[in-house]
Amino acid sequence: METRSLLDEALGLQHLTGRVLLLEDCVETSAAFVLHHLLKRSLSQPLHSSNVVVFVAFAQPFSHYDRILRKLGCNLAAHRNDNKFVFFDMLRDFCPDGDNGKGNDGGLVSLYGKILKTISALPQENKNCVTVMIDDVSLMEVSAKGSTNLVLDFLHYCHTLISEFGCSLVMLNHEDIYSGMGRPTLILQMEYLADILIKAEPLATGLASDVHGQLTVVNRSIDDGERSRNKLCNFHFKVKENNVEYFYPGSRT
Amino acid sequence: MAMEWICRALRDGALEGEHAPALTIKDFMASPLGFDVFTHFLSHHSTNISAGKSQSRGLVLVAFSRSPSFYLDLLSKRGLPIASSHHWIRILDCYTDPLGWKDQMGQCGSATKLSYDIASICGNVKDVDSLFSLIISLGRGFVVQGKVRFCVAIDSVNEMLRYASLSSVAGLISSLRCCDQISSIFWFCHADLCEERATSTLEYMSSMVASIEPLIQFANGQISNSENLSLLDQNFTRGKLHLRCKRRNGRVRVMFEEIHLGQSGINVTSTSFEGVINQGLVPKVQFSLQLSEKELKDRANVVLPFEHQGNGKPVQIYDGRKSLTDSKYEVAPIPNGISDIDKESGKGEIIYFRDSEDEMPDSDEDPDDDLDI
Repeated sequence: METRSLLDEALGLQHLTGRVLLLEDCVETSAAFVLHHLLKRSLSQPLHSSNVVVFVAFAQPFSHYDRILRKLGCNLAAHRNDNKFVFFDMLRDFCPDGDNGKGNDGGLVSLYGKILKTISALPQENKNCVTVMIDDVSLMEVSAKGSTNLVLDFLHYCHTLISEFGCSLVMLNHEDIYSGMGRPTLILQMEYLADILIKAEPLATGLASDVHGQLTVVNRSIDDGERSRNKLCNFHFKVKENNVEYFYPGSRT
Repeated sequence: MAMEWICRALRDGALEGEHAPALTIKDFMASPLGFDVFTHFLSHHSTNISAGKSQSRGLVLVAFSRSPSFYLDLLSKRGLPIASSHHWIRILDCYTDPLGWKDQMGQCGSATKLSYDIASICGNVKDVDSLFSLIISLGRGFVVQGKVRFCVAIDSVNEMLRYASLSSVAGLISSLRCCDQISSIFWFCHADLCEERATSTLEYMSSMVASIEPLIQFANGQISNSENLSLLDQNFTRGKLHLRCKRRNGRVRVMFEEIHLGQSGINVTSTSFEGVINQGLVPKVQFSLQLSEKELKDRANVVLPFEHQGNGKPVQIYDGRKSLTDSKYEVAPIPNGISDIDKESGKGEIIYFRDSEDEMPDSDEDPDDDLDI
């Protein structure tokens, strides 16, 4: 329990209302476990029982997330039936027949329309407890035929949901696929958009059996009450079968 | 000093027959305080406008990156009279529905919650000409009678550049600067999101460039270096504001000061003046290019030839002819041609002597007659 809370402490908030959270990872170290952690946290916290997650999946089918979250003690299928978990399977909905139905915008305009419609249809007390999660933005760019501008337009419209409804936005992207590119890169634009940035990287000293990588959390929260603390933290992690251990460097022998 | 200087320049506005003063605020990922600096100037200038202390009578805010309600909340928190805001602010909402997606879906944005007197939605930001017309028509809303000027603030040039080409954005800004109803204009951009030519273009069109730079520079610029975390942490709350302003006569003035992000926004923590910068710019050479303090003092005491006129002595203006009274006032020349200096008073004096009597005074002939004009 103590180790799990290290990430939550770094995030420095009880819930993510009105924030944009960006997860950055690389080939050597995946940040998918952080996404799963946030997904579970959004759905399981009893204090926020009115939470709703809108999950936009470009990377994996529903069954993948369902299996992982089940191991973490969260039943996605049940939440889906309760309309607390809305899953947009972009692999199935938009990709089976090539470009059919996508148009020039890669289907992103209609996807935004669906998200907006979903949130608008929620009861008033749930509207400001919605978390929109995107896994992952690099595949969204592929779906938009490589148009960075279109992806940024979509993200901008998702950002308007924050001011309109008080939602939060969580998105995952891979940092290393933009290395060596001339500026401006999509990843930098996303970093500017984010209030909280979580980077998953391998250890600088190389591979270790007890440490799977390090997380760096940059919290640029605009909440004045939290401005002075948890601004920037770094800790190590070890991904286990049913949970993840977080610990400060040097605290394990 | 630099922050105050900018505030004064925005407050004083444009001179008759001159372009409006323009300010570029730019930052980088390593020192992301630019938006806070932008809101500092926005709220400071708004205070001046609402109090009637500025040349501009109103502010048109072109909001690309935040919603109009965000800005009204911010100004309200900084103590501005939001109840009377329709008298001095208009917001062109390019944030809520910049491409008309919501309009297509029949959804209305959050701006509709605000009074139409204050905010109006722009549904197609790609059309730069209509953007210009909207800004001007919103500004004309302040005109009660006669010639009234207004200020324009753009919160993200990066977003504009995403929707329109550099030439059309530059054209819009240039047109705004030329417009004689505009008192001043300022905008914000993330420099590392722009191509270098875009940043240069914006800076060429600015009379002031405020660049927010990190206090602590790292060679690789990576935040992953955990050894430097505490130092990097400081760059999120502290930075160096580097101001470069161009005067009308072409002189460039450079100032910088350290800024700190506190609970109530940007504060200045230390000030350094232009002189310090200039000293740093002098190249290190073996001989002295600078005057010492004593030399500066002595130089200030020198009475220049035109300065001792009118003190009872006959006025002497060298007109090219030998004056009849020359002999009377001529002091016997010393061999090296330097006159006596009144050492007691500590004042210097410059007296001109011809090299010799052989040197003929200038004649009436035109000295430029050999020129083929």
